[in-house]
Amino acid sequence: MRSVAVVGASLAGLSTVRALRAEGFDGSLTVIGAERHEPYDRPPLSKGFLKGDVDADALALGSPEEYQDLDVRWLLGRTAVRLDPRATALTLDDGRQVQTDAVVIATGATPRTIAGTDGLRGIHTLRTLDDAHALRADLVSGRPHLVVIGAGFIGAEVASTARALGLEVTIVEATAVPLERALGREMGRICSGLHADHGVRLLCGIGVRGFTGTDRVEGVLLDDGRLLPADVVVVGVGVTPATGWLAGSGVEVADGVVCDSGCATNVPRVVAVGDVANCPNQFTGRRSRIEHWTHATEQPKTAVRTLLSGTSAAPPPVPPYFWSDQYHARIQLAGHVSPGDEPRVVEGDVDSRSFVAVYRRDGHEVAVLAVNQPKMFNRLRRTLLPFPSAVRIPS
Amino acid sequence: MITVCRVEDLPPGEAVRVTEDVPAPVAVFNADGELYAVDDTCTHQDASLADGWLEGCLIECPLHASAFDLRTGLPTCLPAKAALRTHRVTVEDGEIRLHVSVGEPA
Ligand SMILES: Cc1cc2nc3c(=O)[nH]c(=O)nc-3n(C[C@H](O)[C@H](O)[C@H](O)COP(=O)(O)OP(=O)(O)OC[C@H]3O[C@@H](n4cnc5c(N)ncnc54)[C@H](O)[C@@H]3O)c2cc1C
Ligand code: FES
Repeated sequence: MRSVAVVGASLAGLSTVRALRAEGFDGSLTVIGAERHEPYDRPPLSKGFLKGDVDADALALGSPEEYQDLDVRWLLGRTAVRLDPRATALTLDDGRQVQTDAVVIATGATPRTIAGTDGLRGIHTLRTLDDAHALRADLVSGRPHLVVIGAGFIGAEVASTARALGLEVTIVEATAVPLERALGREMGRICSGLHADHGVRLLCGIGVRGFTGTDRVEGVLLDDGRLLPADVVVVGVGVTPATGWLAGSGVEVADGVVCDSGCATNVPRVVAVGDVANCPNQFTGRRSRIEHWTHATEQPKTAVRTLLSGTSAAPPPVPPYFWSDQYHARIQLAGHVSPGDEPRVVEGDVDSRSFVAVYRRDGHEVAVLAVNQPKMFNRLRRTLLPFPSAVRIPS
Repeated sequence: MITVCRVEDLPPGEAVRVTEDVPAPVAVFNADGELYAVDDTCTHQDASLADGWLEGCLIECPLHASAFDLRTGLPTCLPAKAALRTHRVTVEDGEIRLHVSVGEPA
């Protein structure tokens, strides 16, 4: 194998390039990235960067010296539109062909939108630096009322940041309990209680019917007929994995790129990493896309071992981990919460917004959640083990 | 020079965060009997290293798992790239004393 092409120039793509060189790969490396920017860090886009505490330069993931050492050919501002079925050539949006011996799919995901937003200014999604620039410009333009659609982690962080900027914020959430899928019902309710603590209105169990305004958004129309005035709207209703460009490649796709646990796809010498990769996971007990920062930095090590050895490498038995910063609260979760898992507070208390909870299923510890308790959290996350096959995993 | 605490109040494996009379918070560690002091805030983003995971003389950041060598302040893995400032610690009359250094990290 003399050449590797990585599609996607973000966290997982860069981590792959780093891992390839660290493992001694000395062939040629090409990274194709749809965005014009060199790899940058996304988590601050909803936090410090959106607030104005951190500038775009501080988001850079690498440095000029490192890129020199990595010796990569960067094709930025270029989208891969086709992969040939033998995975030996990529076609880019400018018609250019990139010949390669192996392909790493690191194309991540794009935000879902909702109907009726076309042609209306003031309605945003948040995934890229360009998105964050546009949203920040709207938030600081003296417009008082923000409506966030979706009370997931990104929506919650945007609401928290907007609140810190002094805006009036309303969140609309379709499900009855925000974050229930990630944290379960009880802890979802507790963590979404942070909104009320900070004067953000949270409307749950209600859908969005449409928007008012002609050129710029003026309101959000709810399913029950209510109209929320809105000067700025952020839609945070999840993402779709970026796999459209793989049509005709023969690479199997189903909610992301279908991989084995070593990141190998059904096509030889093609692996997938990061938010786009859908792999069997020892901690979720099923095939999952893990959309977390740490996963996008760690998983490429496994993918690279698979690629270089030609046989699927075993992933390390480390539980999924993510954090979220909202309203001065640092939320950390390790492991995986399934419906019915029972959380028990083992340290602190929920009313003070400083606690650690351990979730159990069939007597096994499956996840650790902490709010403002990093030390205890890090102690306990190391005790989580992959599921023994005896543990029942709800489908 | 700052008196941190009595030696017996910082057992092996533990850390204490000093915030008073210092330009920036400092973390003092007892790494298997050796005392070390470094700036408490991770050079990557915003986390307190006193809350981190101590193994030998490496401290792992509690947020994104960069590890730093307490002897030099240097990160041993990404995402942190910059070194922590290290400070001198001494023990006098059973008390831990912190001598805060100023200027650039090593
Ligand atoms: C606002 C925000 C806040 C976040 N906060 C946290 C947090 O607090 N904690 C946490 O754990 N995680 C957080 N995350 C998640 C974390 O950032 C992601 O898990 C991580 O970015 C995934 O990296 P990736 O490289 O797999 O995908 P991405 O970062 O999505 O990168 C994929 C790249 O591929 C490019 N691309 C797509 N298709 C093509 C193509 N056909 N050709 C060329 N290029 C293509 C895209 O333009 C993109 O640049 C956050 C994410 C966002 C958006
Ligand atoms: S804040 Fe310490 S590694 Fe990121």
